[in-house]
Amino acid sequence: MSTEPENLQELVNRRYAHGFVTDIESDSLPPGLDENVIRAISARKNEPAFMLEWRLKSYELWCEMQEPKWAHVHYPPIDYNAISYYSAPKSDKDKPQSLDEVDPKLLETYDKLGIPLHERARLAGVAVDAVFDSVSVATTFKEKLSAAGVIFCSFSEAVQKHPELVEKYLGSVVPQRDNFFAALNSAVFSDGSFVYVPKGVRCPMELSTYFRINAANTGQFERTLIVADEGSYVSYLEGCTAPMRDENQLHAAVVELVALQDAEIKYSTVQNWYPGDENGVGGIYNFVTKRGDCRGANSRISWTQVETGSAITWKYPSCILRGENSVGEFYSVAVANNHQQADTGTKMIHIGKNTRSTIVSKGISAGKAQNAYRGLVRVMPQAAGARNHTQCDSLLIGKECGAHTFPYMEIRNPGARIEHEATTSKISADQLFYCRQRGISEEDAVNLIVNGFCKEVFKELPMEFAVEAQALLNVSLEGAVG
Amino acid sequence: MLEIDNLHASVGGNEILRGLSLTVQPGEVHAIMGPNGSGKSTLAQVVAGNESYEVTAGSVRYAGEDLLELAAEERARRGVFLGFQYPVEIPGVNNAYLLKAALNAKRAHAGLGEIDAFEFLQLAREKMALLDMDPKFLNRGVNEGFSGGEKKRNEILQMAVLEPRLAILDETDSGLDIDALRAVAEGVNALRDPDRAVVLVTHYQRLLDYITPDFVHVLSAGRIVKSGGKSLAVELEEKGYDWIKEVANG
Repeated sequence: MSTEPENLQELVNRRYAHGFVTDIESDSLPPGLDENVIRAISARKNEPAFMLEWRLKSYELWCEMQEPKWAHVHYPPIDYNAISYYSAPKSDKDKPQSLDEVDPKLLETYDKLGIPLHERARLAGVAVDAVFDSVSVATTFKEKLSAAGVIFCSFSEAVQKHPELVEKYLGSVVPQRDNFFAALNSAVFSDGSFVYVPKGVRCPMELSTYFRINAANTGQFERTLIVADEGSYVSYLEGCTAPMRDENQLHAAVVELVALQDAEIKYSTVQNWYPGDENGVGGIYNFVTKRGDCRGANSRISWTQVETGSAITWKYPSCILRGENSVGEFYSVAVANNHQQADTGTKMIHIGKNTRSTIVSKGISAGKAQNAYRGLVRVMPQAAGARNHTQCDSLLIGKECGAHTFPYMEIRNPGARIEHEATTSKISADQLFYCRQRGISEEDAVNLIVNGFCKEVFKELPMEFAVEAQALLNVSLEGAVG
Repeated sequence: MLEIDNLHASVGGNEILRGLSLTVQPGEVHAIMGPNGSGKSTLAQVVAGNESYEVTAGSVRYAGEDLLELAAEERARRGVFLGFQYPVEIPGVNNAYLLKAALNAKRAHAGLGEIDAFEFLQLAREKMALLDMDPKFLNRGVNEGFSGGEKKRNEILQMAVLEPRLAILDETDSGLDIDALRAVAEGVNALRDPDRAVVLVTHYQRLLDYITPDFVHVLSAGRIVKSGGKSLAVELEEKGYDWIKEVANG
């Protein structure tokens, strides 16, 4: 079974469709990081004193920390002084107040990405807080949301308008000292999204943010904070693409979710950052800390992610199940092709009684890629009746890729019920021939099999997003069969 | 419809077919019999376009075209169907979804639009009733966890939906109990048509009690060594394949 259809290589080498650079003057700080840079960032954003102090404290902590080495990824050392820590699109003096005021070139960029902002927002009823580089430039549907009492704005705006909420919740899920990249983010984060859903409110629409890295040499340090107050519900979508670059771009975001009693947060991500060329040159380093805190009883946090991009992904969306009967869920599809490296998974920390968690991880490896699942299930002594079900499946396409599974379990309550299932399979020549004998082209057959493999995760995504994710997966893996 | 002339084919450097010739006309049912290792399955795979097999000499023409020039999916869309001896499992891929994709690929080739979901379901249910299959089959993964008999019925279901012009059934009778065998045979018989040809590859004569072939060919060492009518199959059953080897050598 050694045949390799010729067009496959060609398709594998298909170039990143979203690789272009928008020509916009950037108002950037020179590369380098010290206290003065942090003061400058804070000053530009006109932040209150507590924010500056928080940033400086984070910087102090970061200086004493070491870059983690335990992940199953390899990359040359990052020179943190070669990075510029602030870059904002220049558009007059003030930020635009509506879409009409947005730099047309910027809107064009979204169009190229297939995100015609107003159209999309209008058709889908989605409020879009579009993050371009580091500063939010367009926010829609504000009125409808504010009528419901929902706050959805850029992080900078939240710092100005709702400092009490920011001060109360910032760092309460991911502390500054949590890890090297989180500490760095805490010191230098430029912008991001802020959501607050008040008591008993069901957010009237899906909230969506599109991130895009643009200015060269600019590390991206977004900060997202979502707070769902008692009995509220919110579904948040995050999607992103990046233009083609020669240098590696560092991305170290922090996302914090807080669900109070009876609240539910559903967080979905489709991530399509530039993965580097076929030789592994360029591409985004994605070192992200995402964590949700089920702080109140009966609360629920659900992470769904489809990861197809980045040269290196280091990401473990986690749930701290503190409230009694709280529920944590993690549904993930991680695709690694060519020279991509992915080390991703989740942590479920059971603290409250009768807490439940579900982990469904689907890893797809093709080309020379390495894909690792790393998951921790920890049950604390007081978490009587805790339950976890983990299902961890790997699909290999071709002979040169790898799949690795690192499940960690720390069970300190004897009554806990923990189940772990893992499988590894390969798209076989027999499967492909079978489909082709039924008239289905090889490409379609691969898509069919891959989508079948990912079905359990896709069904967790909002409909529109699921379609996008499926298309993205097909592009990412086109002809990846060897 | 199908003209195979002096076909030589090998897999992994071993020559399996050594000058096989066979002509099949529309409306005919041919049975290819022979001992294990005689090249029956290789013949089926080569005609279907499995690239693991290398054709080293000879020609295969189908409906006026050089079949060997066409990729497996192109052959399928032109009406060549292979019922697999060992249908592969494709976990997670819905049986109905695969079947619909296959039907639409064929329709697209014929210049027809995609079949709508309701029509498709009706068609599939009708064919399943014919084969005495539980409609739940449609929602299961392709061959996932199917018993041997279920897999074979599923092959026949696909054939019934796709309505090929040339159906090659590779050992479809193996692993079937008598009821399943009867259902499969009914499925094949229902498809018999003056425009359609069926090639049954089988080790045993049993299937031919239910599907009466027009011709029976005996394969030995990669060549057809004897051809005849239905009676040849009966004779084989009585005398065994050693008899054929003697005939071939003598």
